[in-house]
Amino acid sequence: MFSKGTKRKFSDGDEEISDESLVGARVASSYSLQRQSLLDMSLIKLQLCHMLVEPNLCRSVLIANTVRQIQEEMTHDGSWHMVTEAFCGPGQSPSERLVATEVLCRSREQDAEPKLFSVISYEGCREEEVVADETLCSVSVSDTVSNVCLAGRVGQCWEKSELSGVERDEEALEDSRLGSGEDEEIDTEDGASTESPKTTGQVFGTFEIKNGSPGPDSALEELFSDVDTSYYDLDTMLTGMQSAPKMGPYDLLDSLAPSHSSPSIVSTPTCRSDLNELDHIMEIIVGS
Amino acid sequence: MGEDSESPKINHSFLRDYVTEADVISTVEFNQTGDLLATGDKGGRVVIFQRETESKGESEELGESGEYNVYSTFQSHEPDFDYLKSLEIEEKINKIRWLPHQNAAHFLLSTNDKTIKLWKVSERDKRPEGYNLKDEEGRIKDISTVTSLRVPVLKPTDLMVEVRPRRIFANGHTYHVNSISVNSDGETYLSADDLRINMWHLDITDRSFNIVDIKPANMEDLTEVITAAEFHPQHCHLFVYSSSKGTLRLCDMRESALCDKHSKIFEEPEDPGNRSFFSEIVSSVSDVKFSHSGRYLLTRDYLTVKVWDLNMEKGPVETYQVHEYLRSKLCSLYENDCIFDKFECVWNSTDSVIMTGAYNSFFRMFDRETGRGVTLEAWRENSKPRAVLRTRRVYTGGRRRRGDVGVDSLDFTKKILHMAWHPAENIIAIAATNNLYIFQDRVSVENQ
Repeated sequence: MFSKGTKRKFSDGDEEISDESLVGARVASSYSLQRQSLLDMSLIKLQLCHMLVEPNLCRSVLIANTVRQIQEEMTHDGSWHMVTEAFCGPGQSPSERLVATEVLCRSREQDAEPKLFSVISYEGCREEEVVADETLCSVSVSDTVSNVCLAGRVGQCWEKSELSGVERDEEALEDSRLGSGEDEEIDTEDGASTESPKTTGQVFGTFEIKNGSPGPDSALEELFSDVDTSYYDLDTMLTGMQSAPKMGPYDLLDSLAPSHSSPSIVSTPTCRSDLNELDHIMEIIVGS
Repeated sequence: MGEDSESPKINHSFLRDYVTEADVISTVEFNQTGDLLATGDKGGRVVIFQRETESKGESEELGESGEYNVYSTFQSHEPDFDYLKSLEIEEKINKIRWLPHQNAAHFLLSTNDKTIKLWKVSERDKRPEGYNLKDEEGRIKDISTVTSLRVPVLKPTDLMVEVRPRRIFANGHTYHVNSISVNSDGETYLSADDLRINMWHLDITDRSFNIVDIKPANMEDLTEVITAAEFHPQHCHLFVYSSSKGTLRLCDMRESALCDKHSKIFEEPEDPGNRSFFSEIVSSVSDVKFSHSGRYLLTRDYLTVKVWDLNMEKGPVETYQVHEYLRSKLCSLYENDCIFDKFECVWNSTDSVIMTGAYNSFFRMFDRETGRGVTLEAWRENSKPRAVLRTRRVYTGGRRRRGDVGVDSLDFTKKILHMAWHPAENIIAIAATNNLYIFQDRVSVENQ
């Protein structure tokens, strides 16, 4: 129910793929799928705790921490990993991907993992990642796998962009308020399918140039300067109050789509109709 | 397996399994002498049991002790509504704590999510009779019929137990109260919610003193909550509180008024081999108890119980696996929310045995001297009154014995969360959903 993973296509057009890396890639993607499913589950749990009685704060905090942990990991290896897989070919997978093959619920090998959780500066990395993801998201909007997946993708986009704009840690929780499922993996996969394989650097380089802004932050901040952030206040969320009215991710989506149109990559008309569909789906999911 | 093929057996088990939500027991506590046992339930009721003291000569020799019978029942808390937040306040009794016995009456504190109440439980077994102006039914007598004066006398009557609220400590907590603990000074007690701990004086209801506040300035930075708190059994200035990150903090109230800064922090470094996305959740401490001696702490997290020495902060001195076989099932347990279940743990009177609950109506006891644990079951289908409990086992590999239960057949709805151990004897009270089980140690003749 929570898993939205789709089967990854190993295009036959690629060069010989060694068995080892094939297995490694498969297991790694299984891990990512399970991690994604855990993320989805957690977000839904957070959203569902708005009952008549005040939600259990301890439970909410533990789920939120889990979400944060998953997102941190996805920041550092998940999204990068998928892009790497898609563009560089399985043969170039970092060795730790083969190592980190345990499924989600079991213990994991510790070769490269510890640093993900402790050392890296959270703020710095987040900005970088947001730019890449946002632009990736806008690319993948045109390619619909399923309606639900689409909702998830764009929801993710909005949430990531919003994060950069206001630099909040609890973007996952805000996102969950709108009931969107996440599918970062689908983003990158579709990004891959619409793009000819390139190296990671080239891909992101292209996107950054396409943005056309001197620094990634200013453009996004400009976009989101009028976002009403009180709605996403964690206090509100965790204590079950609903303060500000639901703002629209729809508003943000509208502002997103035109600003990132690039004829070579995004087909705008398709984008638009998809967005309308998305509006409808989001309304159903959010239940407004 | 019913071998009676003649008459079809009608399965009524679904009727037995139907449990009124309000009857689910949410806390169990013996008083300091063990003669009284109080239980609180989700419907806000408190039931007090009293141990029968009459002992027939023969039964004493056989090692049978008095039974617990209902002494009093009263409605402690009612459902409430927070108009400001438009949220209901549950009447479920989260904790009951008895005050030290000082006079003929008994006092206990009971709390729901927001309000703590002090109840006085007193007995009345005499009543005055022989009034001059009133007759036996209480009607005013006709003066003309009164010919002589007499002094009313106290006559014994049937025992009546009266329970009256003496103090109501309200509006002290923004978040849900999870613990209360009476101080050894007999005058104060603490109440802990998710983010704050308050200290109250038993006689003062309109004020409380905040002693711990871990609420961050920005609620979005919140990553840790308080899960349990307790005063030291002898030192009135020491208390401990546990957190959702698996840490214990010992605080000394002599150090400063606000004990945000701990005196000692007890934390076990994470085992990298067992790391998963659920590591933090399973490390969250659900209960903390001082030993009777005051030297040790007992904590319960999702998979283990740990004994800590107050003199050693870097890790527990003993760790017992309660249900390690669940480690591979954490994902499913997260999905069905069982991973957030808060199990309690208790010491026996001599601090030599520790006990905690598990699933499938199982509870576990660990002997600290031998390090061994047993699994017992609180389920009346499988045991008759006065029968000796047989030990149970969850099958995790190796030779399968008869009666072993497979991990996948465990019933996760039957959880033993609340329990209490008699302060002096080996009598335990186990709450299993809406049933209370009282088990006694059968003292064999040789041991006497």
